Amino acid sequence: MAMRALVGCKRVIDYAVKVRVKPDKTGVVIDGVKHSMNPFDEIAVEEAVRMKEKKLVSEIVAVSCGPAQCQETLRTAMAMGADKAIHVEIPAKEFELVQPIHIAKILAKLATDVKADVVILGKQAIDDDCNQTAQMTAAFLDWPQAVFAAKIEKDGDSLAVTREIDGGTETIKVNVPAVISADLRLNEPRYATLPNIMKAKKKPMEKKTAKDLGVDLTPRIQVISVEDPPVREAGQKVDDVDQLITKLKGLGRI
Amino acid sequence: MATRNAQRKLLSICLRSKAQTKYQYNSSRNFSVTRSSLQSYSSPLPDSYYNEEQLQMQATIAKIIENDINPFVDEWETKEEFPAHQVFKKLGNAGLLGIDKSEEYGGLGLDFKYLAAVMEELGTIRCAGVPMAILVQMAMTCQALHRFGSDELKKEFLVPSISGDFVACVGVSEAGAGSDVANTQTRAVRKGDDLIINGQKMWITNSLQADWMCLLANTSDGNPYKNKSLICVPMNSKGITKQKIHKIGNNSSDTGIIFFEDVRVPAKNIIGEEGSGFFYQMLQFQEERMAGAVGVLKGIDAALSETIDYTRQRKAFGKSILDNQYVYFRLCELASENESLRALTYKAIDMFVDGQEVTRLASMAKLKAGRLAREVGDTCLQFWGGMGYTREAAISRFFRDARLLSIGGGADEIMLEIIAKLMNISPPPPPKKK
Ligand SMILES: Cc1cc2nc3c(=O)[nH]c(=O)nc-3n(C[C@H](O)[C@H](O)[C@H](O)COP(=O)(O)OP(=O)(O)OC[C@H]3O[C@@H](n4cnc5c(N)ncnc54)[C@H](O)[C@@H]3O)c2cc1C
Repeated sequence: MAMRALVGCKRVIDYAVKVRVKPDKTGVVIDGVKHSMNPFDEIAVEEAVRMKEKKLVSEIVAVSCGPAQCQETLRTAMAMGADKAIHVEIPAKEFELVQPIHIAKILAKLATDVKADVVILGKQAIDDDCNQTAQMTAAFLDWPQAVFAAKIEKDGDSLAVTREIDGGTETIKVNVPAVISADLRLNEPRYATLPNIMKAKKKPMEKKTAKDLGVDLTPRIQVISVEDPPVREAGQKVDDVDQLITKLKGLGRI
Repeated sequence: MATRNAQRKLLSICLRSKAQTKYQYNSSRNFSVTRSSLQSYSSPLPDSYYNEEQLQMQATIAKIIENDINPFVDEWETKEEFPAHQVFKKLGNAGLLGIDKSEEYGGLGLDFKYLAAVMEELGTIRCAGVPMAILVQMAMTCQALHRFGSDELKKEFLVPSISGDFVACVGVSEAGAGSDVANTQTRAVRKGDDLIINGQKMWITNSLQADWMCLLANTSDGNPYKNKSLICVPMNSKGITKQKIHKIGNNSSDTGIIFFEDVRVPAKNIIGEEGSGFFYQMLQFQEERMAGAVGVLKGIDAALSETIDYTRQRKAFGKSILDNQYVYFRLCELASENESLRALTYKAIDMFVDGQEVTRLASMAKLKAGRLAREVGDTCLQFWGGMGYTREAAISRFFRDARLLSIGGGADEIMLEIIAKLMNISPPPPPKKK
């Protein structure tokens, strides 16, 4: 088994940044804010690299859709071990209204073009938290899907994927080609080492547009308003249950 | 945003449990919240100054700092020691200890600016002792060995120092020869194919855990600028004894006095030419000075950030401490000073990489860095009030740690003497004794 893996790498606002809503409520502030690879995508890249180390995968193609800076994210993926990268350039303004369905179409087309045997994506991106892209990609390709993967193993000519489900895990067998999405506990991604950062510079990066791939990015949604989550009101400490009951009664809650 | 918050929580639990258990080294990483991006003040300059690879290298070291260093700093500071071999191995595995060393010996063969990028990020470590230990290993112990040492010596000492298997230290200063390096008394006398070393070195960073020392010693009598050699000395050699020095800051870094009593090493352990030690040592001072300057920038950013956060939430007389014009003006002023220092340091680095003479700019940057770090530590601590005077407050550690920069690596006054010479305003030397 030596598969070609296509791995998604979304560029998102860094997980440690406090996200702020723009004053005009049209979105969140992204200018001058630190961005990095979606942590779930890092896990996806790591898994592909480990599969390559185990000789399950022969080549890893990293893909990122979005503005020019996505190339930095792709370089990180290549420094971690991806062999080459495809940047599907979508200008920042247009990218704001791009949704999982658009990305899924792009990924499905690319998976076919590069003859991928397995598509590994993060289970969701930490900016919009959609958790849809992997599922939709599988649907467009009409491939089996194994989402929320916590473990991926070889099982004959297929893959045995342990999935995180409510209340535990389940292990399913999927035939390849397949689409897999990575959950938090699948692995702990490595650091890009300095020698690999330098080597990544020389790895090939292809540039494409959605148009090249025949994908229409016409928005299907309109953003009306983006709001901060409500601020939690200050609480009160009580000494014991009796006091709690008295307070609640006083407030007319019970 | 649900996931982001869940991850933060998960991670803070991980970090807490990790910090409570005994320090264990593993390759794990978590999503963490101690990153500079959460800071109230961060500089706009680095992102435009460094290239993409340099920024990625910063991201790599940032992750190591977040996961394997910062969670343990408090523990190490209390213990007055950090596990240098474990930390250095981690850094070595990531390729961080040989950035400017040739590929033949396990390095990356990159220029000083790549090294500077990583050194600047080391400033996000929440104490100065650990970054100092790393800087000594990366930029101060192996320069002469790398440039002038024999292939055999490089294989024995340089290769394991780059891979992180060896901890290295540099032994120049002595009780009677700190600023005045020429006054070195430690002697290495040839006996057959060996050198017999006697004397003592003082203030030596990393020395208590080090595997080898790059030692400056007199290998002959006469002209004090031409009688010294740099020698690779294994620290497990017979006749070496060590004593710990307890300091007011940089506590996690081990600083020692090292005594040599008839210590025998092969004469081939001399780096390059015998008698060129003083010259070799002087050669690496520019890099050391720029390292000192670039290494403190992010520490200053963090001190300012934390002071902004603290004074913003602390109320007195019905308003935030930060809302006093005196307070916020001072913080703005110090931030401006730090950006000027950064710009000066960046310029010196660029010129150095370009092969230009940078003694003046590097000395000025080192001088400014020492002075400013003291001013920032003192001013910010004042704004923290009583809280700033406690051990719990990060600012008190910065105040204590930063004080060193004006002393080590050439005191402020030594920088001023150098600058004065280059400005042609130093007095004539005293007449020579007959
Ligand atoms: C924590 C720590 C770590 C260190 N690590 C190392 C190490 O790893 N390796 C190593 O070799 N050394 C190390 N040092 C030593 C350091 O380099 C010296 O402390 C420094 O060079 C100053 O020397 P000194 O302490 O002997 O001070 P002195 O030379 O005694 O000077 C004392 C003071 O006199 C003043 N002074 C000196 N000369 C002049 C002058 N010409 N004009 C005007 N004023 C002057 C300055 O204010 C100076 O601070 C370390 C020191 C410390 C504190």
